[in-house]
Amino acid sequence: MTPAEIRDEIIDILDDISPDEDLDGLDDQKPFRDQLELDSMDFLDIVMELRKRHRVQIPEEDYGNLASMHSTVTYLEPKMKDL
Amino acid sequence: MIAPHLASKLPDDQRIVITGIGLTAPNGNDWGTFRQALLDKRSGVQPYEIRYFGETLAGVCDFDAKKYQSKKDIRRGTRAGSVGVYAANEAVAHSGLDWENLDRSRVGIYVGVTEHGNVETENEIFVIKGFDYDTSCWSHHHNPRTVANNPAGEIALNMGITGPHYTIGAACAAGNAGIIQGAQMLRLQECDVAIAGGTSESIHTFGIFASFNSQNALASHTDPSAASRPFDKSRNGIVVAEGGCLYTLERFSDAKARGAEIYGELVGYAMNTDATDFVLPNPERQAQCVNMALKRAGLQADQIDILSTHATGTMSGDSQECAALRSVFGECTNTRINNTKSYIGHAMGAAGALELAGNLAAFADGVTHPTINVDDLDPDCHLPGLVLNEPQEHARVDYILNNSFGMLGINSVVIVGRV
Repeated sequence: MTPAEIRDEIIDILDDISPDEDLDGLDDQKPFRDQLELDSMDFLDIVMELRKRHRVQIPEEDYGNLASMHSTVTYLEPKMKDL
Repeated sequence: MIAPHLASKLPDDQRIVITGIGLTAPNGNDWGTFRQALLDKRSGVQPYEIRYFGETLAGVCDFDAKKYQSKKDIRRGTRAGSVGVYAANEAVAHSGLDWENLDRSRVGIYVGVTEHGNVETENEIFVIKGFDYDTSCWSHHHNPRTVANNPAGEIALNMGITGPHYTIGAACAAGNAGIIQGAQMLRLQECDVAIAGGTSESIHTFGIFASFNSQNALASHTDPSAASRPFDKSRNGIVVAEGGCLYTLERFSDAKARGAEIYGELVGYAMNTDATDFVLPNPERQAQCVNMALKRAGLQADQIDILSTHATGTMSGDSQECAALRSVFGECTNTRINNTKSYIGHAMGAAGALELAGNLAAFADGVTHPTINVDDLDPDCHLPGLVLNEPQEHARVDYILNNSFGMLGINSVVIVGRV
């Protein structure tokens, strides 16, 4: 997957787990939590969906990489480039 | 001891009254619509399909969950939670309570449930089956969804209620049990407002259909609206339904002080146990439960104007309840007897609360809605005062007795009087 495709996939997951949010204006550089009402259970949903959809495993010590869209895509790129 | 005293002899701060009614039933999403559906003989049973089990019939609710919940909260929570949130908000709105200025640490939530967690567990097993039963794909939402207090807890979260909240697991006696628990907590000053009754999400678990089917106790009929037929000779089982009904209960002194409209007073109640069988009811114990409620209310059987039966449409259950009622009401000329499951099916944990709500309007309009679908009355179910297929109007209704019984021999009776 390309970085753009990974981003689309994260948007799709966010749309599922936070269906009341408008994701069109999401700033990739800003933390998700500054823009969306996400709590720790929601971040676990992101981890779970990546596991279910792509068998991507994200260890707990790496959760900090999911802070923003930019950091998430950067972190996932090597894990998903061959998918 | 509080309960054995006659309600009319109690001080006003020990008398418990109904001040708000919120509900969703398969044939109505508010009290007025539900009542009208019963008077119009409109069923809420429809064709239904569920995974593994396939095509069947069920009572399905179509309330708008988004009226009180975000899409995210609906996704994160349970169907029983959504049913409860809807019914609780509707009850509070109906009560006229000044909710914004109410001390919500003094509100208690007491929700009767037949079962909880089956739906969510089945869903997760279905999901991990797609991953070769890899449990790392089991949702982190499973535990908060399946803890036994979930439906009550979702109401607390949604409405910012910080008083006590819990569910009362009481099989199909749970709707009455929730009301009784709420009344007891008000009398003990544990809360000032009780949101009490029952909820059910049972149509979303294939297991309940499969289990009733294996027990030869699941209803089938070519006409869905005719499938739930308590007391009829050709009845062949239960129609499973979802639904919820929660009341705002208050002490009479508080309700009177704020000028609340009062829809009835809990004048008597009783719960007891058969201790004889997992499934089969015991008419002797059921009759004892009814008599205990009558005694506590200080009433003779013939003073009950409407008796709302529990009968679910099974061969043995209906005739056993009728045997119990015959022993108590056999000589009564005043008491009219009906059954609401004939319209909506068996709403499990919500059944007792919903069936009471369906009858409460009779205090105002004097009408007893009938048991529908009785084409050929089973002689084993014959009782004086059965209201069959057509509503009956009477000059005045003062007392309604509501039966709700469940598996493992749990019996509950609630008597509500006109105020």
